[in-house]
Amino acid sequence: MSAGHSTTAPSTIRGGLGESVTRPDATAKVRGEFAFSSDLTADGALWGATLRSPHPRARIRRIDTSPALAIAGVRVVLTAEDVPGAPTYGLIDADQPVFASDEVRFVGEPVAAVAASDPDTCQRALEAIVVEYEVLPPLLDPERAIDPSSEPIHPSGNIVRHQRVLHGDPTVEGAVTVEGTYDIGMQDQAFLGLEAALAIPDPDGAGVELHVATQWLHEDRTQIASCLGLPEESVRLVLGGVGGAFGGREDLSLQVHTCLLALRTGRPIRVHYDRRESFLAHVHRHPARIWMRHHADPEGNIVKIEARFVLDGGAYASTSSAVLVNAVTHTQGPYRCPNAVVDGYAVRTNNLPCGAMRGFGVVQACFAHESQMDRLATACGLDPIEIRLRNAMRTGDSLITGQTMTSVAPVERCIRETVALPLPEVPIGGDGSHPYMLPGGAGLTADPSHVVRGIGYGVAMKNLMYSEGFDDFATARCRVEDGEVTIHVATAEVGQGFVTIAAQIARSVLGLEEVRLHRIDTGVGSAGSTSASRQTWMSGGAVEAACRAVLSEILGIAARRFDLDTEGLSVLGTTIVDAEFRPVCEVREAVAGEVIEQTVEYRHHPTVPLDADGQGACHTAFAFVAHRAVVDVDVDLGLVKVIQVATAQDVGRALNPLSVIGQIEGGIAQGLGLALMEEIIQVDGEVKNASFTDYLLPTIADMPPVVARLVEEPDPQAPLGAKGVGEPPCISVTPAVVAAIRDAVRTRYGGLRDGTLDRVPVRPIDVVAAAPHG
Amino acid sequence: MTPTDHRDFTLSVNGNRVQVTHAAPGASLLDVLREQVGLTGTKGACEEGECGSCSVLLDGELTCSCLVMAATSVGRSIITVEGLEGDPVTERVQAALVDAGAVQCGFCTPGFVVAATDLLRREQSPSTTTVQEALAGNLCRCTGYGRIVEAVRLASRGER
Repeated sequence: MSAGHSTTAPSTIRGGLGESVTRPDATAKVRGEFAFSSDLTADGALWGATLRSPHPRARIRRIDTSPALAIAGVRVVLTAEDVPGAPTYGLIDADQPVFASDEVRFVGEPVAAVAASDPDTCQRALEAIVVEYEVLPPLLDPERAIDPSSEPIHPSGNIVRHQRVLHGDPTVEGAVTVEGTYDIGMQDQAFLGLEAALAIPDPDGAGVELHVATQWLHEDRTQIASCLGLPEESVRLVLGGVGGAFGGREDLSLQVHTCLLALRTGRPIRVHYDRRESFLAHVHRHPARIWMRHHADPEGNIVKIEARFVLDGGAYASTSSAVLVNAVTHTQGPYRCPNAVVDGYAVRTNNLPCGAMRGFGVVQACFAHESQMDRLATACGLDPIEIRLRNAMRTGDSLITGQTMTSVAPVERCIRETVALPLPEVPIGGDGSHPYMLPGGAGLTADPSHVVRGIGYGVAMKNLMYSEGFDDFATARCRVEDGEVTIHVATAEVGQGFVTIAAQIARSVLGLEEVRLHRIDTGVGSAGSTSASRQTWMSGGAVEAACRAVLSEILGIAARRFDLDTEGLSVLGTTIVDAEFRPVCEVREAVAGEVIEQTVEYRHHPTVPLDADGQGACHTAFAFVAHRAVVDVDVDLGLVKVIQVATAQDVGRALNPLSVIGQIEGGIAQGLGLALMEEIIQVDGEVKNASFTDYLLPTIADMPPVVARLVEEPDPQAPLGAKGVGEPPCISVTPAVVAAIRDAVRTRYGGLRDGTLDRVPVRPIDVVAAAPHG
Repeated sequence: MTPTDHRDFTLSVNGNRVQVTHAAPGASLLDVLREQVGLTGTKGACEEGECGSCSVLLDGELTCSCLVMAATSVGRSIITVEGLEGDPVTERVQAALVDAGAVQCGFCTPGFVVAATDLLRREQSPSTTTVQEALAGNLCRCTGYGRIVEAVRLASRGER
């Protein structure tokens, strides 16, 4: 055998898997040079804007666009009659009009769009459009939407989906039962980068190129092309820089309008939403009311759970049916449960449409099941940790859907590692050094002597990837040319860092350090959505498979060159080695002058839809997480300061530990926001707080230190052993914070008024009302 | 409002005199910087001074450019994130944000760069609560701020 080198091969590659590689786009971002979709423009670009309904429900009697068209600088005004293709779109059901034609169904529904020379002229044009409405009584109460006697507000009816889960023996009763009714408010994704797009029409007017911040380029293209009446290949999408997403960019918002205006004017069109319009124009987290009754034996082992879910989906279907499936199938949380009787509804109302937000139905279920676990602990005389350990799910357990838990399920380890993390050393009420350490912060309203500390726990299970038989796949192209690797994926980079991971995978598989990423666009096959914690697994699996396909060609080249058997060759670090791990040659030498390209689709194992009784192996895989929250509460004023959040998260394998920590800390901030401050307030269907002044987001002063442990047990089902990490952090932190508040109230009063502190976000009045007397 | 209300003026941006023509009356400094001057590093996300994405230094003072009319900024020194290139404090902040993993979507990042530069010019080794106080006007939706606090700690002179 003639090996190229006699030196020992390095076993690793710089910038490979497992390393905390920094983002390839980070330098451009800190310098303000990264182009977000709102930064894009084109020569001769006009501006577009959208007229929206002021009514939650009304019949459109007449639209007169002529006063708008008479304004100098206005180029076109479009309404429903101008939509050349399908009049409606939607992710699961195409039930949402591009423009309302006969009836408007929520405050903010698009009615018309204008194109003009500048944004001010657009606004004057919108004000000049005359729309005559016949106001109709809105359907705003989700319980009324279930009532068959209620008038349907949409041709498809008021119930988007009704799903039962019946498992085991429904007649079983536990020696101990606890029940509660839980309310979850409507949360906004509140990504910083507002919706923005640039559409450029083809010179011949037969197609359009759309630069847009989205989560799924190919699905957008399918829906846009359908509404434009164009073949898909005539609609090309390019990912504009995305300023966060969190589910809020999974549905279309400005895409069809922007393309239509571009095609009608023959000019590039820019559309930018402002913050108020953004609140109206994307879907939100479903507000939910959940009733649960847990049955347990005297030792605290769960024997049955009964539950009823009502999710308010708002005016259009969006992903409500999938959110409902997630909610009802996660009723049990990360605990064994042999018997279940669950009923769930996702309904249509004239409130804001709801759909995907990080956690997708599981956030709502988790607040209920974790509150229940604490109630059960109290009823059984156990502490909150013991009740959870006693019921903790394990790999091989059967779920309430009849599905077997095949994922690695380190629930007990997540709980134990969370509990073992150090508690904060800050004294109760702070050390007096700064008012930020007190509940209420710089308002200086809390009296340190009234502050009580509480500790609470939450544990969650979250499904990963798409469910119910969806053909879920991701595509990746790997090209090696003269030693440089180019990865081409349509994976929407929304901030999560897939661009970093993709390059790490390529380096580790191929042993080549120079990796660049092609522009993210529809020039390669679909990657599926950047949602459901799926891209590390799915697009990661696709990138790995594409790189492996290229690698086998590289090894073939090396084998021919050195007259070796390809079978025995592999890559160690940057070196091709033989079966005895002796160096053959450097990978970059083997590929010199070569061009190798492979495109591969990766699919996860198939799933099935739930049957009428909610049975079926509907989910792909699961991840787990535990949270502990420590809070200081001024129980008299109802003010809460989160002092610390501790967490241990099942990540499978941390491909980039720094990136995982970023997901954990960011998710915890969103869960803390839902626990304490974030809620879209609607009155008669109208949003009352569509601004960052009135919709409160956690600031740097609201965020406590996060202490995190990564539980790494590589999952053999995952292509790289790595589970998705995006959603679990935001799920069980919310019930943990609320449990900690309940603990503080109990510490102060020795008890808690029943039925209080069962809704999020917790308002000061809720804390005050939790006092058991007075 | 008619187009004749539009006006012309000269701004001092990053040390350069910039002629602004045909600005809409009441146009914010943010809009003029982005759309007329072509400096898109300054971002808009709330239009009412809540998020800090549009942070600039106006006569050396940290300011939300969405709250300032461009026409009232005549004769004042406007420094944007682009104008801080080469500033030693800014470069430390930028490197630390990258190294600490404080950048995800990055939309809020230029605003944090300007605000953290302003802080570290005033205080070389701020405490965590001082960092929180100084950056409480900048919203980030991705990171939960932990890495940002760490980055400012890395960038502060006392730690490097």
